[in-house]
Amino acid sequence: MTRGRENLRGVVERTLASFVDALEHAFYAEELAKENGVLQKLDPRVKIVAILPLILIAALARRLWVVAALFVIAVAVAMLSKVPLRMLAKRVWLGVLTFTGLISLPALFLTPGQAIYTLPFFGRSVTAQGLRIGVCLIMRAETAATFSVLLVLCTPWSSLLKALRVLRLPMVLVVILGMTYRYIFLLLRNAHDMFKSRKSRTVGRLDGREQRRAATASAGVLVSKTLQLSGEVYLAMRSRGFQGEVYVLDEFRTGWFDWVMLAVFVTVAILAFWFGR
Amino acid sequence: MIVPVFEVRDVTYRYHEVTALDGLNLTIMPGERVALLGANGSGKSTLLSILDGLCFPEKGSVAFQGEPLTENRLGGEVEFDFRRRVALVFQNPDVQLFNPTVFDEVAFGPLQLQWPKEKIRLRVNEILEQMEIAHLKDRSPHHLSTGEKKRVALASVLILDPEVLLLDEPTAALDPKSESQMIDFLVSCSGGRKTVVTATHDLDLVEDIADTCHVFQRGCIVAAGAPSEILNDHALLLGTNLIHAHRHAHASGEFHSHPHRHGHGH
Repeated sequence: MTRGRENLRGVVERTLASFVDALEHAFYAEELAKENGVLQKLDPRVKIVAILPLILIAALARRLWVVAALFVIAVAVAMLSKVPLRMLAKRVWLGVLTFTGLISLPALFLTPGQAIYTLPFFGRSVTAQGLRIGVCLIMRAETAATFSVLLVLCTPWSSLLKALRVLRLPMVLVVILGMTYRYIFLLLRNAHDMFKSRKSRTVGRLDGREQRRAATASAGVLVSKTLQLSGEVYLAMRSRGFQGEVYVLDEFRTGWFDWVMLAVFVTVAILAFWFGR
Repeated sequence: MIVPVFEVRDVTYRYHEVTALDGLNLTIMPGERVALLGANGSGKSTLLSILDGLCFPEKGSVAFQGEPLTENRLGGEVEFDFRRRVALVFQNPDVQLFNPTVFDEVAFGPLQLQWPKEKIRLRVNEILEQMEIAHLKDRSPHHLSTGEKKRVALASVLILDPEVLLLDEPTAALDPKSESQMIDFLVSCSGGRKTVVTATHDLDLVEDIADTCHVFQRGCIVAAGAPSEILNDHALLLGTNLIHAHRHAHASGEFHSHPHRHGHGH
Protein backbone atom coordinates (compact mmCIF):
# COMPACT_ATOMS: atom_id res chain seq x y z
CA MET A 1 0.00 0.00 0.00
CA THR A 2 1.37 3.43 -0.89
CA ARG A 3 1.93 6.04 1.78
CA GLY A 4 -0.73 8.27 0.21
CA ARG A 5 -3.35 5.52 0.45
CA GLU A 6 -2.34 4.73 4.02
CA ASN A 7 -2.79 8.39 4.90
CA LEU A 8 -6.17 8.41 3.18
CA ARG A 9 -7.33 5.39 5.16
CA GLY A 10 -6.08 7.02 8.36
CA VAL A 11 -8.00 10.18 7.50
CA VAL A 12 -11.22 8.22 6.86
CA GLU A 13 -10.84 6.39 10.16
CA ARG A 14 -10.05 9.53 12.15
CA THR A 15 -12.87 11.44 10.48
CA LEU A 16 -15.42 8.72 11.28
CA ALA A 17 -14.20 8.46 14.88
CA SER A 18 -14.19 12.23 15.43
CA PHE A 19 -17.61 12.53 13.74
CA VAL A 20 -19.12 9.94 16.07
CA ASP A 21 -17.46 11.52 19.07
CA ALA A 22 -18.46 15.09 18.16
CA LEU A 23 -22.06 14.08 17.41
CA GLU A 24 -22.36 12.16 20.65
CA HIS A 25 -20.94 15.02 22.67
CA ALA A 26 -22.78 17.82 20.91
CA PHE A 27 -26.17 16.22 20.35
CA TYR A 28 -26.54 13.24 22.61
CA ALA A 29 -24.81 14.52 25.74
CA GLU A 30 -26.60 17.87 25.13
CA GLU A 31 -23.61 19.83 26.35
CA LEU A 32 -24.51 22.93 24.34
CA ALA A 33 -28.11 22.80 25.58
CA LYS A 34 -26.75 23.31 29.11
CA GLU A 35 -24.82 26.51 28.19
CA ASN A 36 -26.04 29.88 29.39
CA GLY A 37 -26.69 31.42 25.95
CA VAL A 38 -29.55 33.36 24.39
CA LEU A 39 -31.31 30.40 22.76
CA GLN A 40 -30.76 28.17 25.79
CA LYS A 41 -32.61 30.67 27.99
CA LEU A 42 -35.72 30.63 25.81
CA ASP A 43 -38.76 28.47 26.48
CA PRO A 44 -38.60 25.58 23.94
CA ARG A 45 -42.10 26.46 22.64
CA VAL A 46 -40.97 30.04 21.95
CA LYS A 47 -37.83 28.75 20.26
CA ILE A 48 -39.84 26.58 17.86
CA VAL A 49 -42.35 29.34 17.08
CA ALA A 50 -39.50 31.84 16.57
CA ILE A 51 -37.12 29.70 14.50
CA LEU A 52 -39.40 27.55 12.31
CA PRO A 53 -40.69 30.54 10.26
CA LEU A 54 -37.09 31.69 9.73
CA ILE A 55 -36.15 28.24 8.39
CA LEU A 56 -39.10 28.31 5.98
CA ILE A 57 -38.46 31.88 4.84
CA ALA A 58 -34.73 31.20 4.36
CA ALA A 59 -35.60 28.20 2.19
CA LEU A 60 -38.12 30.14 0.08
CA ALA A 61 -36.66 33.69 -0.19
CA ARG A 62 -35.91 34.80 -3.75
CA ARG A 63 -33.48 37.63 -3.07
CA LEU A 64 -29.90 36.68 -2.33
CA TRP A 65 -29.27 39.64 0.00
CA VAL A 66 -32.24 38.62 2.18
CA VAL A 67 -30.89 35.06 2.49
CA ALA A 68 -27.41 36.45 3.22
CA ALA A 69 -28.85 38.74 5.91
CA LEU A 70 -30.67 35.79 7.50
CA PHE A 71 -27.42 33.81 7.43
CA VAL A 72 -25.62 36.65 9.24
CA ILE A 73 -28.43 36.69 11.83
CA ALA A 74 -28.10 32.90 12.26
CA VAL A 75 -24.34 33.29 12.85
CA ALA A 76 -24.97 36.09 15.37
CA VAL A 77 -27.54 33.91 17.20
CA ALA A 78 -25.01 31.04 17.23
CA MET A 79 -22.38 33.31 18.79
CA LEU A 80 -24.84 34.65 21.38
CA SER A 81 -25.80 31.05 22.19
CA LYS A 82 -22.14 30.02 22.68
CA VAL A 83 -22.22 27.55 19.79
CA PRO A 84 -18.63 27.28 18.46
CA LEU A 85 -18.49 28.60 14.88
CA ARG A 86 -15.63 26.21 14.12
CA MET A 87 -17.93 23.27 14.95
CA LEU A 88 -20.74 24.73 12.81
CA ALA A 89 -18.29 25.23 9.93
CA LYS A 90 -16.89 21.70 10.12
CA ARG A 91 -20.05 19.76 10.90
CA VAL A 92 -22.76 21.80 9.13
CA TRP A 93 -21.57 24.36 6.61
CA LEU A 94 -18.96 22.15 4.94
CA GLY A 95 -21.38 19.22 4.62
CA VAL A 96 -24.22 21.37 3.27
CA LEU A 97 -21.81 23.11 0.87
CA THR A 98 -20.64 19.75 -0.48
CA PHE A 99 -24.10 18.25 -1.02
CA THR A 100 -25.89 21.40 -2.20
CA GLY A 101 -22.84 22.33 -4.31
CA LEU A 102 -23.08 19.01 -6.15
CA ILE A 103 -26.82 19.47 -6.69
CA SER A 104 -26.45 23.05 -7.93
CA LEU A 105 -23.43 22.34 -10.15
CA PRO A 106 -25.45 21.68 -13.35
CA ALA A 107 -27.32 24.98 -12.90
CA LEU A 108 -24.04 26.90 -13.36
CA PHE A 109 -23.74 25.61 -16.93
CA LEU A 110 -27.31 24.91 -17.97
CA THR A 111 -28.93 28.23 -17.02
CA PRO A 112 -29.07 30.49 -20.07
CA GLY A 113 -27.42 33.91 -19.69
CA GLN A 114 -24.22 35.89 -19.94
CA ALA A 115 -21.11 33.67 -19.99
CA ILE A 116 -18.52 34.72 -17.42
CA TYR A 117 -16.08 31.79 -17.59
CA THR A 118 -15.52 28.98 -20.08
CA LEU A 119 -14.09 25.63 -18.98
CA PRO A 120 -10.85 24.96 -20.90
CA PHE A 121 -11.46 21.37 -22.10
CA PHE A 122 -15.24 20.90 -22.05
CA GLY A 123 -16.19 24.08 -23.85
CA ARG A 124 -19.05 24.72 -21.39
CA SER A 125 -19.56 28.20 -19.94
CA VAL A 126 -20.58 29.28 -16.47
CA THR A 127 -23.28 31.92 -16.78
CA ALA A 128 -23.82 34.85 -14.40
CA GLN A 129 -27.47 33.81 -13.98
CA GLY A 130 -26.45 30.19 -13.30
CA LEU A 131 -23.89 31.30 -10.73
CA ARG A 132 -26.50 33.44 -8.99
CA ILE A 133 -28.96 30.52 -8.83
CA GLY A 134 -26.23 28.19 -7.52
CA VAL A 135 -25.08 30.63 -4.83
CA CYS A 136 -28.68 31.37 -3.83
CA LEU A 137 -29.45 27.62 -3.48
CA ILE A 138 -26.35 27.03 -1.37
CA MET A 139 -27.03 30.08 0.83
CA ARG A 140 -30.66 29.03 1.38
CA ALA A 141 -29.57 25.53 2.41
CA GLU A 142 -26.77 26.83 4.66
CA THR A 143 -29.09 29.31 6.40
CA ALA A 144 -31.97 26.86 6.89
CA ALA A 145 -29.53 24.17 8.13
CA THR A 146 -27.85 26.61 10.55
CA PHE A 147 -31.17 27.66 12.12
CA SER A 148 -32.30 23.99 12.35
CA VAL A 149 -29.06 22.85 13.96
CA LEU A 150 -29.13 25.78 16.41
CA LEU A 151 -32.66 24.82 17.44
CA VAL A 152 -31.61 21.20 18.11
CA LEU A 153 -28.22 21.98 19.69
CA CYS A 154 -29.56 24.56 22.12
CA THR A 155 -32.58 22.59 23.36
CA PRO A 156 -32.62 19.34 25.34
CA TRP A 157 -34.09 16.77 22.96
CA SER A 158 -36.86 15.66 25.33
CA SER A 159 -37.91 19.33 25.82
CA LEU A 160 -37.98 19.83 22.06
CA LEU A 161 -40.22 16.78 21.63
CA LYS A 162 -42.49 17.90 24.44
CA ALA A 163 -42.72 21.39 22.92
CA LEU A 164 -43.68 19.85 19.56
CA ARG A 165 -46.44 17.92 21.34
CA VAL A 166 -47.62 21.11 23.08
CA LEU A 167 -47.74 22.72 19.62
CA ARG A 168 -50.09 19.91 18.52
CA LEU A 169 -47.71 17.82 16.43
CA PRO A 170 -49.30 14.31 16.33
CA MET A 171 -47.94 11.84 18.90
CA VAL A 172 -46.97 9.30 16.23
CA LEU A 173 -44.71 11.87 14.50
CA VAL A 174 -43.07 12.84 17.79
CA VAL A 175 -42.41 9.16 18.63
CA ILE A 176 -40.93 8.57 15.16
CA LEU A 177 -38.74 11.66 15.59
CA GLY A 178 -37.56 10.48 18.99
CA MET A 179 -36.74 6.97 17.77
CA THR A 180 -34.99 8.32 14.65
CA TYR A 181 -32.79 10.48 16.82
CA ARG A 182 -31.75 7.51 18.94
CA TYR A 183 -31.40 5.37 15.78
CA ILE A 184 -28.85 7.78 14.25
CA PHE A 185 -26.53 7.37 17.23
CA LEU A 186 -26.86 3.60 17.20
CA LEU A 187 -26.17 3.58 13.47
CA LEU A 188 -23.07 5.76 13.84
CA ARG A 189 -21.77 3.81 16.85
CA ASN A 190 -22.32 0.48 15.05
CA ALA A 191 -20.67 1.82 11.89
CA HIS A 192 -17.66 2.93 13.90
CA ASP A 193 -17.37 -0.43 15.70
CA MET A 194 -17.74 -2.37 12.45
CA PHE A 195 -15.08 -0.22 10.80
CA LYS A 196 -12.65 -0.96 13.65
CA SER A 197 -13.52 -4.67 13.64
CA ARG A 198 -13.01 -4.94 9.90
CA LYS A 199 -9.73 -3.07 10.07
CA SER A 200 -8.43 -5.39 12.79
CA ARG A 201 -9.08 -8.42 10.55
CA THR A 202 -7.88 -6.98 7.24
CA VAL A 203 -4.35 -7.85 6.21
CA GLY A 204 -2.98 -6.29 3.06
CA ARG A 205 -4.97 -4.35 0.52
CA LEU A 206 -8.31 -5.34 -1.04
CA ASP A 207 -8.86 -4.62 -4.71
CA GLY A 208 -11.71 -2.33 -5.81
CA ARG A 209 -14.20 -5.13 -6.42
CA GLU A 210 -13.55 -6.76 -3.04
CA GLN A 211 -13.78 -3.39 -1.31
CA ARG A 212 -17.17 -2.72 -2.91
CA ARG A 213 -18.41 -6.19 -1.97
CA ALA A 214 -17.22 -5.77 1.64
CA ALA A 215 -18.81 -2.30 1.84
CA THR A 216 -22.16 -3.61 0.53
CA ALA A 217 -22.13 -6.55 2.96
CA SER A 218 -21.20 -4.24 5.86
CA ALA A 219 -24.00 -1.80 5.00
CA GLY A 220 -26.56 -4.64 5.03
CA VAL A 221 -25.34 -6.06 8.32
CA LEU A 222 -25.18 -2.56 9.81
CA VAL A 223 -28.81 -1.78 8.97
CA SER A 224 -29.96 -5.17 10.24
CA LYS A 225 -28.01 -4.88 13.53
CA THR A 226 -29.12 -1.33 14.13
CA LEU A 227 -32.76 -2.13 13.42
CA GLN A 228 -32.63 -4.97 15.92
CA LEU A 229 -30.95 -2.80 18.56
CA SER A 230 -33.39 0.03 17.91
CA GLY A 231 -36.30 -2.38 18.40
CA GLU A 232 -34.80 -3.49 21.70
CA VAL A 233 -34.40 0.14 22.80
CA TYR A 234 -38.11 0.67 22.12
CA LEU A 235 -38.96 -2.41 24.22
CA ALA A 236 -36.73 -1.09 27.03
CA MET A 237 -38.59 2.25 26.87
CA ARG A 238 -41.94 0.46 26.91
CA SER A 239 -40.80 -1.71 29.81
CA ARG A 240 -40.45 1.45 31.88
CA GLY A 241 -43.90 2.74 31.04
CA PHE A 242 -43.36 4.64 27.76
CA GLN A 243 -46.63 4.83 25.81
CA GLY A 244 -45.74 7.50 23.27
CA GLU A 245 -46.27 10.66 25.32
CA VAL A 246 -43.21 12.79 26.18
CA TYR A 247 -42.70 13.94 29.77
CA VAL A 248 -39.89 16.13 31.10
CA LEU A 249 -38.89 17.06 34.61
CA ASP A 250 -38.65 20.80 33.99
CA GLU A 251 -41.85 22.82 33.54
CA PHE A 252 -42.06 25.23 30.57
CA ARG A 253 -42.23 28.85 31.75
CA THR A 254 -42.35 31.97 29.62
CA GLY A 255 -40.99 35.26 30.98
CA TRP A 256 -40.42 38.77 29.63
CA PHE A 257 -37.18 37.66 27.91
CA ASP A 258 -39.09 35.03 25.93
CA TRP A 259 -41.67 37.55 24.75
CA VAL A 260 -39.00 40.15 23.79
CA MET A 261 -37.00 37.57 21.83
CA LEU A 262 -40.16 36.22 20.20
CA ALA A 263 -41.04 39.78 19.08
CA VAL A 264 -37.52 40.24 17.66
CA PHE A 265 -37.60 36.92 15.77
CA VAL A 266 -41.12 37.51 14.44
CA THR A 267 -40.14 41.02 13.25
CA VAL A 268 -37.09 39.59 11.46
CA ALA A 269 -39.29 36.88 9.90
CA ILE A 270 -41.88 39.43 8.67
CA LEU A 271 -39.18 41.72 7.21
CA ALA A 272 -37.39 38.77 5.54
CA PHE A 273 -40.70 37.51 4.12
CA TRP A 274 -41.61 40.99 2.81
CA PHE A 275 -38.26 41.81 1.19
CA GLY A 276 -37.56 38.24 0.07
CA ARG A 277 -40.77 37.83 -1.97
CA MET B 1 -55.21 -18.91 48.93
CA ILE B 2 -52.03 -17.23 47.67
CA VAL B 3 -52.28 -16.16 44.03
CA PRO B 4 -49.10 -16.82 41.99
CA VAL B 5 -47.28 -13.75 40.65
CA PHE B 6 -46.86 -15.46 37.28
CA GLU B 7 -48.52 -18.55 35.95
CA VAL B 8 -47.14 -19.71 32.59
CA ARG B 9 -49.11 -22.47 30.90
CA ASP B 10 -48.01 -24.41 27.76
CA VAL B 11 -46.31 -21.35 26.31
CA THR B 12 -44.77 -21.62 22.86
CA TYR B 13 -42.91 -18.74 21.18
CA ARG B 14 -41.07 -18.72 17.85
CA TYR B 15 -38.69 -16.28 16.17
CA HIS B 16 -39.53 -17.04 12.54
CA GLU B 17 -38.46 -20.71 12.19
CA VAL B 18 -36.62 -20.95 15.52
CA THR B 19 -38.61 -22.20 18.51
CA ALA B 20 -37.51 -20.21 21.57
CA LEU B 21 -40.06 -21.62 24.03
CA ASP B 22 -41.77 -24.96 23.52
CA GLY B 23 -44.83 -25.74 25.66
CA LEU B 24 -43.30 -24.18 28.78
CA ASN B 25 -44.98 -24.37 32.21
CA LEU B 26 -43.85 -22.33 35.21
CA THR B 27 -45.39 -20.92 38.38
CA ILE B 28 -43.73 -18.15 40.38
CA MET B 29 -45.07 -17.34 43.84
CA PRO B 30 -44.93 -13.93 45.59
CA GLY B 31 -41.56 -13.23 47.27
CA GLU B 32 -39.94 -16.20 45.53
CA ARG B 33 -36.36 -15.85 44.30
CA VAL B 34 -36.07 -17.81 41.08
CA ALA B 35 -33.05 -18.53 38.88
CA LEU B 36 -33.59 -19.49 35.26
CA LEU B 37 -30.49 -21.46 34.28
CA GLY B 38 -29.56 -22.37 30.76
CA ALA B 39 -26.98 -22.04 28.04
CA ASN B 40 -27.19 -19.24 25.46
CA GLY B 41 -30.27 -19.56 23.25
CA SER B 42 -32.16 -21.83 25.66
CA GLY B 43 -35.14 -19.41 25.91
CA LYS B 44 -34.47 -17.61 29.22
CA SER B 45 -34.44 -14.06 27.79
CA THR B 46 -37.55 -14.74 25.72
CA LEU B 47 -39.39 -15.89 28.83
CA LEU B 48 -38.35 -12.70 30.67
CA SER B 49 -39.67 -10.58 27.77
CA ILE B 50 -42.97 -12.46 27.92
CA LEU B 51 -43.17 -12.04 31.71
CA ASP B 52 -42.55 -8.29 31.20
CA GLY B 53 -45.38 -8.05 28.65
CA LEU B 54 -43.01 -7.04 25.83
CA CYS B 55 -43.87 -9.99 23.62
CA PHE B 56 -46.73 -12.43 23.75
CA PRO B 57 -46.85 -16.22 23.27
CA GLU B 58 -47.98 -17.81 20.07
CA LYS B 59 -49.65 -20.60 22.05
CA GLY B 60 -50.49 -21.02 25.72
CA SER B 61 -51.22 -18.41 28.34
CA VAL B 62 -49.53 -16.20 30.92
CA ALA B 63 -51.28 -14.78 33.96
CA PHE B 64 -49.98 -12.01 36.22
CA GLN B 65 -51.48 -12.15 39.71
CA GLY B 66 -54.38 -14.18 38.42
CA GLU B 67 -55.20 -11.84 35.49
CA PRO B 68 -54.34 -12.81 31.89
CA LEU B 69 -51.31 -10.96 30.51
CA THR B 70 -52.29 -10.32 26.91
CA GLU B 71 -51.58 -7.63 24.32
CA ASN B 72 -55.21 -6.54 24.28
CA ARG B 73 -55.35 -6.16 28.02
CA LEU B 74 -52.16 -4.10 28.32
CA GLY B 75 -52.59 -0.42 27.52
CA GLY B 76 -53.54 2.76 29.36
CA GLU B 77 -54.03 2.47 33.12
CA VAL B 78 -53.61 -1.34 33.20
CA GLU B 79 -50.18 -1.02 31.55
CA PHE B 80 -49.13 1.84 33.88
CA ASP B 81 -50.06 -0.33 36.86
CA PHE B 82 -48.24 -3.36 35.42
CA ARG B 83 -45.08 -1.33 34.61
CA ARG B 84 -45.02 0.05 38.15
CA ARG B 85 -45.15 -3.45 39.62
CA VAL B 86 -42.91 -5.40 37.21
CA ALA B 87 -39.49 -4.23 36.00
CA LEU B 88 -36.94 -5.81 33.68
CA VAL B 89 -33.20 -5.17 33.60
CA PHE B 90 -31.96 -6.03 30.11
CA GLN B 91 -28.80 -8.02 29.48
CA ASN B 92 -27.27 -5.32 27.26
CA PRO B 93 -27.25 -2.07 29.27
CA ASP B 94 -26.82 0.00 26.09
CA VAL B 95 -30.34 -1.03 25.12
CA GLN B 96 -31.72 0.33 28.36
CA LEU B 97 -29.78 3.61 28.51
CA PHE B 98 -31.18 6.10 26.01
CA ASN B 99 -31.28 9.39 27.91
CA PRO B 100 -28.69 12.18 27.80
CA THR B 101 -27.62 11.95 31.44
CA VAL B 102 -27.65 9.36 34.22
CA PHE B 103 -30.08 11.56 36.20
CA ASP B 104 -32.51 11.70 33.25
CA GLU B 105 -32.14 7.97 32.76
CA VAL B 106 -33.16 7.14 36.33
CA ALA B 107 -35.97 9.73 36.19
CA PHE B 108 -37.41 8.30 32.93
CA GLY B 109 -39.59 5.56 34.48
CA PRO B 110 -41.18 7.73 37.20
CA LEU B 111 -41.84 10.48 34.60
CA GLN B 112 -43.69 8.01 32.40
CA LEU B 113 -45.76 6.92 35.40
CA GLN B 114 -46.44 10.61 36.11
CA TRP B 115 -45.14 10.78 39.64
CA PRO B 116 -45.09 14.28 41.19
CA LYS B 117 -41.92 16.05 39.99
CA GLU B 118 -40.58 16.87 43.46
CA LYS B 119 -40.92 13.22 44.46
CA ILE B 120 -39.03 12.20 41.30
CA ARG B 121 -36.10 14.56 42.04
CA LEU B 122 -35.92 13.33 45.64
CA ARG B 123 -36.12 9.63 44.77
CA VAL B 124 -33.61 9.87 41.90
CA ASN B 125 -31.04 11.43 44.24
CA GLU B 126 -31.77 8.81 46.90
CA ILE B 127 -31.43 5.85 44.54
CA LEU B 128 -28.23 7.26 43.00
CA GLU B 129 -26.72 7.52 46.51
CA GLN B 130 -27.94 4.03 47.38
CA MET B 131 -26.37 2.54 44.24
CA GLU B 132 -23.17 4.57 44.81
CA ILE B 133 -23.43 6.31 41.45
CA ALA B 134 -24.37 9.83 42.61
CA HIS B 135 -21.06 11.15 41.22
CA LEU B 136 -22.14 10.00 37.74
CA LYS B 137 -25.50 11.81 37.66
CA ASP B 138 -24.51 14.44 35.07
CA ARG B 139 -22.52 12.02 32.91
CA SER B 140 -23.78 10.64 29.63
CA PRO B 141 -24.69 6.94 30.22
CA HIS B 142 -23.00 5.65 27.09
CA HIS B 143 -19.63 7.02 28.24
CA LEU B 144 -19.64 4.86 31.39
CA SER B 145 -17.89 1.53 31.99
CA THR B 146 -19.96 -1.66 31.63
CA GLY B 147 -20.14 -2.07 35.42
CA GLU B 148 -21.37 1.52 35.86
CA LYS B 149 -23.89 1.10 33.03
CA LYS B 150 -25.29 -2.03 34.68
CA ARG B 151 -25.70 -0.17 37.97
CA VAL B 152 -27.43 2.74 36.22
CA ALA B 153 -29.72 0.27 34.43
CA LEU B 154 -30.56 -1.39 37.76
CA ALA B 155 -31.11 2.02 39.43
CA SER B 156 -33.43 3.04 36.60
CA VAL B 157 -35.80 0.20 37.47
CA LEU B 158 -35.28 0.02 41.25
CA ILE B 159 -36.50 3.62 41.56
CA LEU B 160 -39.97 2.34 40.68
CA ASP B 161 -39.75 -0.01 43.69
CA PRO B 162 -41.29 -2.85 41.66
CA GLU B 163 -42.84 -5.87 43.35
CA VAL B 164 -41.28 -8.12 40.69
CA LEU B 165 -37.73 -7.71 39.41
CA LEU B 166 -36.74 -9.55 36.23
CA LEU B 167 -32.98 -9.67 35.63
CA ASP B 168 -31.37 -10.85 32.41
CA GLU B 169 -27.75 -11.95 32.94
CA PRO B 170 -27.06 -9.23 35.53
CA THR B 171 -23.37 -10.10 35.91
CA ALA B 172 -22.51 -10.75 32.25
CA ALA B 173 -19.37 -8.96 30.98
CA LEU B 174 -18.50 -7.48 34.38
CA ASP B 175 -15.00 -7.37 35.85
CA PRO B 176 -14.59 -9.22 39.20
CA LYS B 177 -15.03 -6.07 41.34
CA SER B 178 -18.13 -4.88 39.47
CA GLU B 179 -19.52 -8.42 39.55
CA SER B 180 -19.04 -8.60 43.31
CA GLN B 181 -20.75 -5.20 43.77
CA MET B 182 -23.62 -6.26 41.53
CA ILE B 183 -24.11 -9.50 43.51
CA ASP B 184 -24.19 -7.47 46.75
CA PHE B 185 -26.90 -5.22 45.28
CA LEU B 186 -28.89 -8.19 44.04
CA VAL B 187 -28.67 -9.97 47.39
CA SER B 188 -29.86 -6.83 49.17
CA CYS B 189 -32.70 -6.43 46.62
CA SER B 190 -33.79 -10.04 46.87
CA GLY B 191 -33.61 -10.17 50.64
CA GLY B 192 -36.86 -8.24 51.04
CA ARG B 193 -40.40 -8.73 49.86
CA LYS B 194 -39.64 -8.59 46.14
CA THR B 195 -40.11 -11.45 43.74
CA VAL B 196 -36.82 -11.74 41.84
CA VAL B 197 -36.45 -13.77 38.63
CA THR B 198 -32.87 -13.97 37.34
CA ALA B 199 -31.87 -15.48 34.02
CA THR B 200 -28.24 -16.51 34.14
CA HIS B 201 -25.67 -19.13 33.28
CA ASP B 202 -23.36 -17.89 36.05
CA LEU B 203 -23.69 -20.79 38.48
CA ASP B 204 -21.68 -19.04 41.20
CA LEU B 205 -24.41 -16.43 41.47
CA VAL B 206 -27.26 -18.86 41.99
CA GLU B 207 -26.97 -19.78 45.67
CA ASP B 208 -26.77 -16.10 46.67
CA ILE B 209 -29.81 -14.90 44.78
CA ALA B 210 -32.22 -17.82 44.36
CA ASP B 211 -34.28 -20.28 46.39
CA THR B 212 -35.48 -22.19 43.32
CA CYS B 213 -33.76 -23.02 40.04
CA HIS B 214 -35.33 -23.96 36.72
CA VAL B 215 -32.97 -25.44 34.15
CA PHE B 216 -33.73 -24.59 30.51
CA GLN B 217 -32.83 -26.52 27.42
CA ARG B 218 -34.15 -25.78 23.92
CA GLY B 219 -37.13 -23.81 25.20
CA CYS B 220 -38.25 -26.32 27.84
CA ILE B 221 -37.66 -26.65 31.56
CA VAL B 222 -35.81 -29.93 32.04
CA ALA B 223 -35.28 -29.75 35.81
CA ALA B 224 -36.31 -27.67 38.81
CA GLY B 225 -35.28 -27.67 42.44
CA ALA B 226 -33.28 -26.02 45.19
CA PRO B 227 -29.90 -24.53 44.13
CA SER B 228 -27.89 -27.11 46.11
CA GLU B 229 -29.82 -29.93 44.45
CA ILE B 230 -29.35 -28.57 40.92
CA LEU B 231 -25.73 -27.49 41.34
CA ASN B 232 -24.70 -30.94 42.58
CA ASP B 233 -26.28 -32.73 39.62
CA HIS B 234 -23.22 -32.72 37.34
CA ALA B 235 -24.85 -34.94 34.72
CA LEU B 236 -27.71 -32.42 34.38
CA LEU B 237 -25.37 -29.40 34.21
CA LEU B 238 -23.14 -31.13 31.68
CA GLY B 239 -26.12 -32.19 29.56
CA THR B 240 -27.51 -28.66 29.48
CA ASN B 241 -24.12 -27.07 28.65
CA LEU B 242 -23.95 -25.20 31.96
CA ILE B 243 -20.59 -26.83 32.71
CA HIS B 244 -18.07 -28.36 30.37
CA ALA B 245 -15.10 -30.69 30.45
CA HIS B 246 -11.70 -29.37 29.46
CA ARG B 247 -8.06 -30.25 29.95
CA HIS B 248 -6.14 -28.49 32.66
CA ALA B 249 -3.13 -28.97 34.94
CA HIS B 250 -3.32 -29.72 38.66
CA ALA B 251 -0.70 -28.66 41.22
CA SER B 252 0.87 -32.13 40.95
CA GLY B 253 1.59 -31.38 37.29
CA GLU B 254 -0.93 -33.98 36.14
CA PHE B 255 -3.04 -33.06 33.07
CA HIS B 256 -6.56 -34.42 32.74
CA SER B 257 -10.08 -33.54 31.56
CA HIS B 258 -13.34 -33.35 33.59
CA PRO B 259 -16.42 -31.10 33.94
CA HIS B 260 -15.84 -27.71 35.55
CA ARG B 261 -17.55 -24.88 37.32
CA HIS B 262 -15.42 -21.79 37.55
CA GLY B 263 -16.01 -19.69 40.64
CA HIS B 264 -14.68 -16.79 42.65
CA GLY B 265 -13.30 -19.06 45.34
CA HIS B 266 -15.29 -17.47 48.15
